[in-house]
Amino acid sequence: MRVIRIGAALVAASALTLGLAACGGDGGDGDTAAYTTVADKAKGAKKLIVGTKWDQPSLGLKKGAEPEGFDVDVAKYVVKELAGGAEVEIEWKESASSNREAFLANGTVDIIFATYSITDSRKEKVTFGGPYIVAHQDVMVRADDTKIAKPQDLAGKRICQAAGSNSYKRITDPPPDGELDLDAELVGAANYSECVQKLGGNNLDAVTTDDLILAGFAKQAGEAGGGFKILGQPFTDEKYGVGLKKGDTKTCEAVNAAITKMYQDGTAQKLFEKWFAGTQGLTAPTGAPQFEPCA
Amino acid sequence: MDDLIKYAPALFDGFMENVKLSLMCGVLSLVLGTILVSMRVSPTPVLRAAGTVYVNVVRNTPLTLVLAFSALGLSDTLGLAFSDKPSSNSFWLVVLGLSIYTAAFVCEALRSGINTVPLGQAEAARAIGLTFLQSLRLIILPQAFRAVIAPLGSVMIAMIKNTTVAIAGGYLAESAFVMKDTFDDTGVSIPIFLGLVLAFMAVTLPVGFLTGWLARRLAVAR
Amino acid sequence: MSSASVLFDAPGPRARARNALYTVAGLAAIIAILYFIYVKFDEKKQWEGRIWQPFLEPDTWTTHILPGLLGTLQAAALAAVLALVFGAVFGLARLSDHAWVRIPAGVVVEVFRAIPLLLLIFFIFYLAPSVMGGGDYAFMAVVAGLTLYNGSVLAEVVRAGVLAVPRGQSEAAYAIGLRKNQVMRMVLLPQAVTAMMPAIVSQLVVLLKDTALGYIIAYVDLLNTGFKILPAVFFGSLIPAAIVIGVIYVGLNMALSALATWLEKRSRRSRKTAARPIAPPGAAAAEGASGIGAAVD
Repeated sequence: MRVIRIGAALVAASALTLGLAACGGDGGDGDTAAYTTVADKAKGAKKLIVGTKWDQPSLGLKKGAEPEGFDVDVAKYVVKELAGGAEVEIEWKESASSNREAFLANGTVDIIFATYSITDSRKEKVTFGGPYIVAHQDVMVRADDTKIAKPQDLAGKRICQAAGSNSYKRITDPPPDGELDLDAELVGAANYSECVQKLGGNNLDAVTTDDLILAGFAKQAGEAGGGFKILGQPFTDEKYGVGLKKGDTKTCEAVNAAITKMYQDGTAQKLFEKWFAGTQGLTAPTGAPQFEPCA
Repeated sequence: MDDLIKYAPALFDGFMENVKLSLMCGVLSLVLGTILVSMRVSPTPVLRAAGTVYVNVVRNTPLTLVLAFSALGLSDTLGLAFSDKPSSNSFWLVVLGLSIYTAAFVCEALRSGINTVPLGQAEAARAIGLTFLQSLRLIILPQAFRAVIAPLGSVMIAMIKNTTVAIAGGYLAESAFVMKDTFDDTGVSIPIFLGLVLAFMAVTLPVGFLTGWLARRLAVAR
Repeated sequence: MSSASVLFDAPGPRARARNALYTVAGLAAIIAILYFIYVKFDEKKQWEGRIWQPFLEPDTWTTHILPGLLGTLQAAALAAVLALVFGAVFGLARLSDHAWVRIPAGVVVEVFRAIPLLLLIFFIFYLAPSVMGGGDYAFMAVVAGLTLYNGSVLAEVVRAGVLAVPRGQSEAAYAIGLRKNQVMRMVLLPQAVTAMMPAIVSQLVVLLKDTALGYIIAYVDLLNTGFKILPAVFFGSLIPAAIVIGVIYVGLNMALSALATWLEKRSRRSRKTAARPIAPPGAAAAEGASGIGAAVD
């Protein structure tokens, strides 16, 4: 008898979990098939799945029900333009660095705005619209640190290596992978939030990555009374692109048109001001960046 | 196959880190676990309670979180430092975190071993005037260890496999991280995965056989 | 805890004095450690109200912690059901009289028990997109990895459970003319399941805990929302978040472990089975050590 009861419980439990999984898994995969490009889907279905970071202050940060930040606002503007100015329902999905390519290839998300630097190796797997902004690698240190004034001062210092990010290589390796080829000590961390925590706790000397990412953390720290400063000595160009499924050139062109318009009507500058105002070491963009060819 | 050959040196270095972590954790967790089990069976209620709380808390916390805590709490906040060199510091922090975690399981295995020691042994030990620590050290633990060699072997195998979670403690050098990094660059590679699996099996299977053999050889005849 | 008392007698005057000394020394050491932690945390401003405040607000729970907890429970529940099915199928297959069923099943079980779970999850996560299309692979990779690993461990539990039923039971069943599958279904399994229950539940604790590995491939679980996104939203609250999330995990797992202990006590009292409660074998014993501790005494 007990076996039968346990069996029944198992069946009930599996039915329940399958039901749950089905609820969790509905990403509107079904209606993706009906449209060949994301631009068409925006116009036709009036519903898109947009990938952003959820843990990046001032860029994509999930504070409440929806994420917020510069990337998120740009995404809202561009998606609206794609739909010809109509309101589009957006479903937000977290796209961490480790699964951006897979999410695009699988159709888990339609379009990605997630501090997504355009690189040659990524271009093989992803079609990039934009860039919509150019970030630069820079260095953030504690505000009272006077020993580090330029990136070259990082020799012999402790810098952060966040899992899944290659920014540290620009400091420690020679070109082509790197840049400065300095002898810095690497301190491992799971992500940049942990890097910043360690920087604040005096457990490393500098965090180096894109200045926009650093600016978000510096601003947060400033509001909390803590002090970090960005050196303001950029030494690379990181072109933040709009990630699209490989081959979706039609949407890519439409995205570029939207970005051009965003800079012409002053929205881009306004958004930059909204999210990054008052951060020392950052220069606001004056016009749209040079677009990469859609391929 | 080409991928495996190309990345073999990096993967091998990574795997050696797993082996080093395993060796250090093996020793440290056995020592810590023995201390813990002594606390858990001691006549002092305070020590018993402390041991019980430790085991229940640590055993029920995900290893990912234990390692993150070892790096962020013990090192960054409590100021524990093993070395001025960050990479060897995080190595030791992972060793510490993983040992703290594994020790809880070692303790439970040993405690079940103590339960297999017949009552008469402890009574005889007391009758000839041994103190608690003496009877534990000379009579109880030697028999308990021999009774749980096989389960301890399983604990050690789990610990060896758990060295792959070192990423969570900020130690970015072992083979799981190298493999993920490689997959990020070149996409999935079946030979690399199988190569690493075989490497792990080459370590865990002998541990299993050895402890199984020892368990049979050293079994307490009753 | 009865085991503890056999190691020492009721204390005499000297032992009582010594015990009192140990108690004081032990208490002093514990208090010293706690005080040290308190002071150091204070030095690094970890007790500041500002970084703990978010955890008192309902919004933090509804937008971050609870959805993450749901993700953890979803992955754990689905993986648990699948692992039980996998374990039952392969455990019984390993007991088959036919070598062509028994040996492959044995190989599958041994291999998946030997692979580090994190490597398995990484591999499935990266392999899935190149083999099939569509879907959220983080969830799939976590569930598939947990199923294969824990299923293999459970297969060993099932096998040990059936073998733990005294041989007289199956001999008697054959003697009254039951066929092989009838013996298994009507005599062995009902008794084995009772004996296996504690081992199964303690393996499910391991499974629940291991969902946290999904965090490393960005699956939206409790560790992800609570330990990655929350501290990013509320600057500086990394350590408070780790503590709160840790308490939730410990609470969940202790509830499950308590269930295991209760089941074990009940099955030991029960006269419906001739089999002794069994410990999780092999690697299961390693992680689900409560099983051994409880089962052997």
